[in-house]
Amino acid sequence: MARWAMVIDLDKCVACQGCSIACRFENNTPAVKPSEALKGRAIRWNDVFPIPINPEEEESEEYPNVKTRYLTRPCMHCANPPCIKVCPVRATYKDEEGLVRQNYDRCIGCRFCTVACPYGVRYFNWHKPEWDGELAEANNPDRLEGQGVLEGPAVRPLGVVEKCTFCIHRLHKARARAEAEGRELRSEDYIPACVETCTGKARFFGDLDDPESIVSQFEQSPRAFRLLEDVGTHPKVIYLREG
Amino acid sequence: MLKVDSTDKAKLIDPLFRTSPLFRASVLALLVVIGWGVFMYARQIILGLGETGMDRPTYWGVYMVNFIFFIGISHAGTLISAILRVTGAEWRRPITRVAEAITVFALVVGTLQIIIDMGRPDRLWFVLRYGRLQSPILWDVVSVTLYFLGSVTYLYLPLIPDLAIVRDNAPITAPSWQKRLYSFLALGWRGNREQWRRLEKAIAAMAVFIIPVAVSVHTIISWILATTVQPGWHSSIFGPYFVVGAIFSGIGALFLAMTAVRRALGLEEYITLRQYRNLGLLFIVMNFIWFYFTYAENLGIAAAQQIEEFVVLASKLWGSFAATFWAMIIAMVAALWILVVPKVLGAVSWSRRLARPEITVASAAGAVATFLLLVSPPISWLEPLYATAALSDPVSRTVAWALLIVFAMGVGLGTAPWLKEHPVASSVFAAILVVIGMWLERWNIIVPTMTHPRLIAFSSYLPTMTEFSLTAASIALFLLLFLLFFKLFPAVSLWEIAEGRLVEEAHSKVSVPEPEPSQEKRGLRWVQRE
Repeated sequence: MARWAMVIDLDKCVACQGCSIACRFENNTPAVKPSEALKGRAIRWNDVFPIPINPEEEESEEYPNVKTRYLTRPCMHCANPPCIKVCPVRATYKDEEGLVRQNYDRCIGCRFCTVACPYGVRYFNWHKPEWDGELAEANNPDRLEGQGVLEGPAVRPLGVVEKCTFCIHRLHKARARAEAEGRELRSEDYIPACVETCTGKARFFGDLDDPESIVSQFEQSPRAFRLLEDVGTHPKVIYLREG
Repeated sequence: MLKVDSTDKAKLIDPLFRTSPLFRASVLALLVVIGWGVFMYARQIILGLGETGMDRPTYWGVYMVNFIFFIGISHAGTLISAILRVTGAEWRRPITRVAEAITVFALVVGTLQIIIDMGRPDRLWFVLRYGRLQSPILWDVVSVTLYFLGSVTYLYLPLIPDLAIVRDNAPITAPSWQKRLYSFLALGWRGNREQWRRLEKAIAAMAVFIIPVAVSVHTIISWILATTVQPGWHSSIFGPYFVVGAIFSGIGALFLAMTAVRRALGLEEYITLRQYRNLGLLFIVMNFIWFYFTYAENLGIAAAQQIEEFVVLASKLWGSFAATFWAMIIAMVAALWILVVPKVLGAVSWSRRLARPEITVASAAGAVATFLLLVSPPISWLEPLYATAALSDPVSRTVAWALLIVFAMGVGLGTAPWLKEHPVASSVFAAILVVIGMWLERWNIIVPTMTHPRLIAFSSYLPTMTEFSLTAASIALFLLLFLLFFKLFPAVSLWEIAEGRLVEEAHSKVSVPEPEPSQEKRGLRWVQRE
């Protein structure tokens, strides 16, 4: 069984927010009104945001002597996710490949998972999602749908929680293709949209259980760290420290 | 045909068959508030929870605060009444019914808060269909359901003999549906020996059973918060802390409810000062325990100064939540003062000299002036006088705060003799302060942690009209249920009161021998020897 993981090299990241936009169109996350975004209700499965620097150690002056740090943050797909432990109805759960899944058809909107997640990567549909004009017709038709299951880029109904899925629909498509071609699924068959689009080639994706994979090799790097390691969530998104 | 004391009948049974215009007006007013709440809730369902002030990261707001608050209030009743019953406290008799009713209705309204807070209330049944017992929410569903069923039973069991009494003593003019209701609910009670034996047994068993359930309910609510890793919530003392707070606010609610019933029905001879005094002592004890827990909880955070946790505490101590945090502390201190100081006033001789109206007025004026000086923004035209500049200096601010406390104590001392003369009014004041303070306590636990998460920018939270309306409607619903219940059922347990009279009579027949006077007076003994 695979153990999917992502590596984000902060040295290479130029904070272009391409991953965020690619994610938005891949996964049909609606843009909210500016007034709502100001209230913190914007939905960005892959958020790119500045993190405060320590002014005593680093200088941040007038342009051009500016130093800003950015972090891009997808769902960590923790090995020990606090969110799935609190869900009362198993609307969010970890599958056998270590992906933390979110079923929009099951979610009751109690927002316990959003409260429990220390990374703040879970988003709630405060309003019915809307798209302006032609954008509404240009939604990604991909989705995982079944008996009481609605996952992936499927447009979320009002009042449920959603989050980054590591583009789970792409995994399903890749697996179907591999089956049709009568071969095993290869690691490189499955890449989330953000990794595919990354301008600085700062993102890598692969299987941690495969010691030869690029993510396994980066995991050994002395630059590798994970967010909030002290919380005990064991994230599967590995960052590479700026040099 | 069960007999009843004629005063009991006039005070407790006859009002059930009279409807005053005031009652109709109150019901109508409450229905208007509830109707407005229903409208706002419908709006929230259609437009989404975006109609509230909640956002990311403040995923939980006033609804969650109300939930914890109402479930806390529910501990008034069953728990207190059960503990008093199990320990055989005689003074419980006139207030158990009110206490048990609060429990049932607070549980109904509290549970409603969770449904209001849900993004998909249409999927509520999923909790039963797909429920995961590993989730603290499911623990809560189990324990609250158990507590509700237990409380309804515990309210109903002691009601059975009363229902039979009402059935047999209803006036002839009583509407037939009401008579049928009583005779149906009385379950054929005739008051024979076997029925009494079974009832006493059932009540005793329920009283013992309900105590651990009640404790579990608020413990589990705290565990919803404490099992997460969020800063400020991940605390091992949250369980007992919440239970203590729940009992504390429950006693406050009980004070308010029993005073309301006492006034409305003129039950001064039933709910006497004895009840106020004893419950007041319990109230003081709970206040101290609450302070102990609050201090213990926050001291650990303050001393350790962990980055994520300390910002939450700092926001309460001097940041954006300072107003609600200190309002809570002041409310609790004031409640303690109101209950304790009048009791000890006589013991300290100089305090009497300070307890005078002119000192009260002067202290109040001083307190207001100092407070205004402390909170006023710098006034530019005063700058030549350095009036506000002096108070921007930390030392003078500290002195001003100390002065404010002294002034407040002056006000407290001045009002103490009045409070001593009016024990019921002072209990009500203390109860109001505690009930508000406990609501604020839940606010201070939920919201600061929500607005100070780890990896999201700090935010602020203000409830919107929707949340205010639904909170008002929830309180109105609670009051309406309470009002309707006591319109239909006796507010004081008739048979328990009658039983209490027998116990008292028996006690009065016990004669304690007079103590023998000692031969010599203690103080003089030494004098004589010298």
